[in-house]
Amino acid sequence: MLVEPVDVAVIGAGPAGLAAATRAAGAGLTVVLLDEQETVGGQIYRAIERSDAQRREILGPDYVAGAALADTFARSGARYEPNASVWQVTRERSVHYLKDGKVGSFEAKRVVLATGALERPFPIPGWTLPGVLTAGAAQILLKSAGEVPTEPPVLVGCGPLLYLLGWQYVRAGVPIRALVDTTRHEDRWRAKRHMISALRAWPYLAKGLQLLRALREAGAPIHEGADDLRIEGAPGDDGTERAHALSFSVRGVPQRIEANVFLLHQGVVPNTQFSWSLRATHHWDDAQLCFTPQADAWGELDLAGIFVAGDGGGIAGAQAAEAQGELSALAIAAQLGAIDQTTRNRSAAPLLRRLAEVRRIRPFLDTLYRPRDENRVPRDDVLVCRCEEVTAGDVRRFVELGCQGPNQAKSFGRCGMGPCQGRLCGLTVTEVIADALKVSPATVGYYRIRPPIKPLTLGELAGE
Amino acid sequence: MTSKPLFRVLAPLAPAVADATVHIWFNDEPLEVPGGRSVAAALLAAGVQRFRATPVTGAPRAPYCMMGACFECLVEIDGVPSRQSCLVTVQDGMRIHSQEGARDLPFSSDPAPSQSIKENSDAR
Repeated sequence: MLVEPVDVAVIGAGPAGLAAATRAAGAGLTVVLLDEQETVGGQIYRAIERSDAQRREILGPDYVAGAALADTFARSGARYEPNASVWQVTRERSVHYLKDGKVGSFEAKRVVLATGALERPFPIPGWTLPGVLTAGAAQILLKSAGEVPTEPPVLVGCGPLLYLLGWQYVRAGVPIRALVDTTRHEDRWRAKRHMISALRAWPYLAKGLQLLRALREAGAPIHEGADDLRIEGAPGDDGTERAHALSFSVRGVPQRIEANVFLLHQGVVPNTQFSWSLRATHHWDDAQLCFTPQADAWGELDLAGIFVAGDGGGIAGAQAAEAQGELSALAIAAQLGAIDQTTRNRSAAPLLRRLAEVRRIRPFLDTLYRPRDENRVPRDDVLVCRCEEVTAGDVRRFVELGCQGPNQAKSFGRCGMGPCQGRLCGLTVTEVIADALKVSPATVGYYRIRPPIKPLTLGELAGE
Repeated sequence: MTSKPLFRVLAPLAPAVADATVHIWFNDEPLEVPGGRSVAAALLAAGVQRFRATPVTGAPRAPYCMMGACFECLVEIDGVPSRQSCLVTVQDGMRIHSQEGARDLPFSSDPAPSQSIKENSDAR
């Protein structure tokens, strides 16, 4: 336990956290960066320092871009604590973590929450079966372990990450059974009005088109406009029920594809566990269909001294995250007297320009890849809370009995009270209740998230 | 306990020391798995398809997010229950068991550990 408070605690070693820590250390501040993984990079640059030439070739230039960031951080002088699960941050900026089975804590003058994004829940029938993973999970297996599906996988959903994964599989020589695309034809038209602004982010747009073209050229069957998704289970050779087939419809025509690996994706959402646990103000974002914490231009929450940087404050991608991390560090350096206001503003100007530039693509992407209502607000028989096995129908019954919001749903039926602490069901439960009550998700709110943010035993806690 | 692996290690990877084969046990069955990766990634490549059973209905579950968020990959590692196998690096000699339902409460004074109270099961 450190006696002197450190200047800055950064939580998360993705692009936002690495950039914030590097910039803050560069301004002469003492910095501790804590991260749950074994290596830096977050999920986007996962295992970047360990990837060999072959893996970098498969994953492409956007992944390799993380190497420079990791390298600058390693030479920054910031203290790095890998394998550290932060389980509490207090409003007084006390940071508590678990590492190698032991708890630790320290005080920080400023905190940067750089906890990134989570895959948006994709509640469809059968999404809990072994063999169903997120596209992000498949990408992590490729980045960190060089693993790919043994048999051709089915990619299901919509959004850049899904197509990127398909493109990476093509480069790795992995055949794709099918891409079942849920993008609605109406949304393709609606997205066109954001095209002018998106064109100003042309490199990003061109890359997206290139990914889809590569998939087509590789002969991956693409089914566009799929709805009524259902993953069927069947006993495997060891008797365990596992995913066996995906059935869906395109314009009312039923289809069915057999496979043993199904990779789901319909965008990512901010990981807001810390900002909620701190009782920061959050707003419902109707374009991105998620809650985001309220923050100023530097990322400071409505809690003095606590900042959010990167996708945890709203989805904008790795390049934006890097700029936001640096902006937070500049604001902190000025607040702690390491730099003056003029230096802060001068250094911030190019970062703000870059941020505005990379954000231009968002309205187009958010409109085009808006996840379908039926894949966010599922019908009664679909499990929404995977941990406690609560269905959408259960949640609707809670509402009939007087349940007014997600937090009450816990006492009605343990919904959201399992080990994942609502990470995999929170937004679904909010939207199911809002839909049932015919009110906005903003009115319904979110789970009351409480520490410990990551589970720890009483024995471990007693060790503090 | 194992079947045809859902995931395989890409070949040809440059041979790296970190990826040397390690020997582990899964549910008392000896397994040779590639090292230099998480327990979850190693088990998936070794053909383990069922990592745990849910406390509520005993339904089979396996890794879903691989990034520490979903808790579907919970297993018991070297006697410690409810470990997130996607966050633990696989080590030679690890004894891993599937997590069957809720973890047992560690009552050290309990004379019969096999009869220890299942967390939550009665309260539910």
